[in-house]
Amino acid sequence: MGGVAIRAEGLTKDYRAGFWRRRVRVLHELGLEVQAGEVFGFLGPNGAGKTTTLKLLTGLIHPTSGSAMVLGEPAGSVRVKARIGFLPENPSFYDYLTGAEYLDYCGALAGLPRTVRRDRLGALLGRVGLSAQGALQLRKYSKGMLQRIGLAQALINDPAVIFLDEPMSGLDPIGRKEVRDLLLRLRGEGRTVFFSTHIIPDVEVVCDRVGIILAGRLVAVGRVEELLASPLEQIEVTTSGLSPDAASALAAWSVVPPVRSGDRILLAVKGEEDLGQVLRAILHAGGRVHSVVPHRRTLEEVFLERIREGSR
Amino acid sequence: MKTVAIAFNTFREAIRDRILYSLLVFALAMIGGSVVLSKLSVGGEVRIIKDLGLAAIGLVGILIAVFIGVGLVYKEIERRTLYTIITKPIRRADFILGKFLGLTLTLAVNVAIMGAGLVLIASAMEGRLTWELLLPVGLTFVKLMVVTAIAVLFSTFSTPTLSAIFTLALVVVGSLANDLKLFAATFGGPLLRGAVAALYLVLPNLTTLDVGGAVVHGRPVPAAVAALAGAYGLAYVAALLAAAVWIFQYRDFK
Repeated sequence: MGGVAIRAEGLTKDYRAGFWRRRVRVLHELGLEVQAGEVFGFLGPNGAGKTTTLKLLTGLIHPTSGSAMVLGEPAGSVRVKARIGFLPENPSFYDYLTGAEYLDYCGALAGLPRTVRRDRLGALLGRVGLSAQGALQLRKYSKGMLQRIGLAQALINDPAVIFLDEPMSGLDPIGRKEVRDLLLRLRGEGRTVFFSTHIIPDVEVVCDRVGIILAGRLVAVGRVEELLASPLEQIEVTTSGLSPDAASALAAWSVVPPVRSGDRILLAVKGEEDLGQVLRAILHAGGRVHSVVPHRRTLEEVFLERIREGSR
Repeated sequence: MKTVAIAFNTFREAIRDRILYSLLVFALAMIGGSVVLSKLSVGGEVRIIKDLGLAAIGLVGILIAVFIGVGLVYKEIERRTLYTIITKPIRRADFILGKFLGLTLTLAVNVAIMGAGLVLIASAMEGRLTWELLLPVGLTFVKLMVVTAIAVLFSTFSTPTLSAIFTLALVVVGSLANDLKLFAATFGGPLLRGAVAALYLVLPNLTTLDVGGAVVHGRPVPAAVAALAGAYGLAYVAALLAAAVWIFQYRDFK
């Protein structure tokens, strides 16, 4: 597999809101490309435009301007929909159907013959860990079980591209790990996965690339390690046994205010040269060095930085 | 094929709903009750049973069509069950048609049960098979299809409460269509007459589908008249569904 699986160009969406039906722009000229076989994480706080983007890419809403292409064809066309899977945020299903009936219905809508449906829904129920609950009505499902049946329906047509809106929301830690593992397996099968989330650790573990969206604008996109690469590498030093004078002299080296906990002091220094000076100063003052930890930026920090930049 | 799957699922939802059964029991009780009522009247007992029975089928059918119909599309959007369905490889038109056909199938089963009950009772009372009742029952079914299509049309853009009010209002006006025309012809000036004529053309004329009175009172209903009435009803349904599909096509599912 190769090539572009998802392409958005100048994708813009306005909604009309309020009594006067004022236009509110919720997505500003989104430009994005996702390669086939990639797991792409779409990160942003609530209300940033993640769900709007996913709805545009799956054809649930129409763009105000710009275009969205999936697998080389306009998003939302029947031919595209035959090759995608979609799990909406907090999915809701027909509660009068059993899990198996629901998957069978989805299979029928995907155009699968009855025999194929029967085999596939058994396999899918097993894959999402609901084999024992297939005959249970969906009204009796827990939130986690609904999320799983939602994943199963998204896979019913053996899709090449899978869109997932907040797939980990509402799941317990075990459920989240299971979804993460499933995403990695889907990538292993060569599928393209586009998912939105506001839970950052999930992105760091499973994504090839990440896009960060804030207030309807894409503010950063790149490989996870690129976004994490810090221009100003910091090194954290934990020390103790220093006199107050020595401690305050050291504070000048720290790029952030030192953190004190009893006798211990945590400093953050910039660059190896400074580190050498600080370590020498500590030893010279008779102090002890407990740890020296190069500090890698987390995606969370990158994310919060962008939010701060955006709000300025 | 996919439309059939949607229709079947809509039917399945209806038959798993208790409201349907209570309405059906109500209709059968009404038909049964008409037997008691007919004993109290002098002469023409079977006529009362037929009249009341046909009225019950029409009334209960309209209640089912309106109260299930107005939620048919709206509820799917509101509860977001639509999201995983409309993103399957189907056209939006398939969804509307499937929903309509599903409720039509539900009505067909109900009308068949109520109609069979009425024909059985009337036949037992008269000592012969009252097959002539099948024509008004059939045209009542066409009328219910029109009502369903009106409800589905409103359901694509309005809330169930408003849709129910609009649909019932149209049913009432449609049932008085001939009176409306007569009224304008008798009292109105040219302007009013023109306006009413336009309304008369646009609004569903449900009276053309009411042949129960004629059949019960033994007046012949020519085959051509019945066929034309049926064709009119189906054409009206087609126009309503086309409008519903058109609106649904451009909708955003927020």
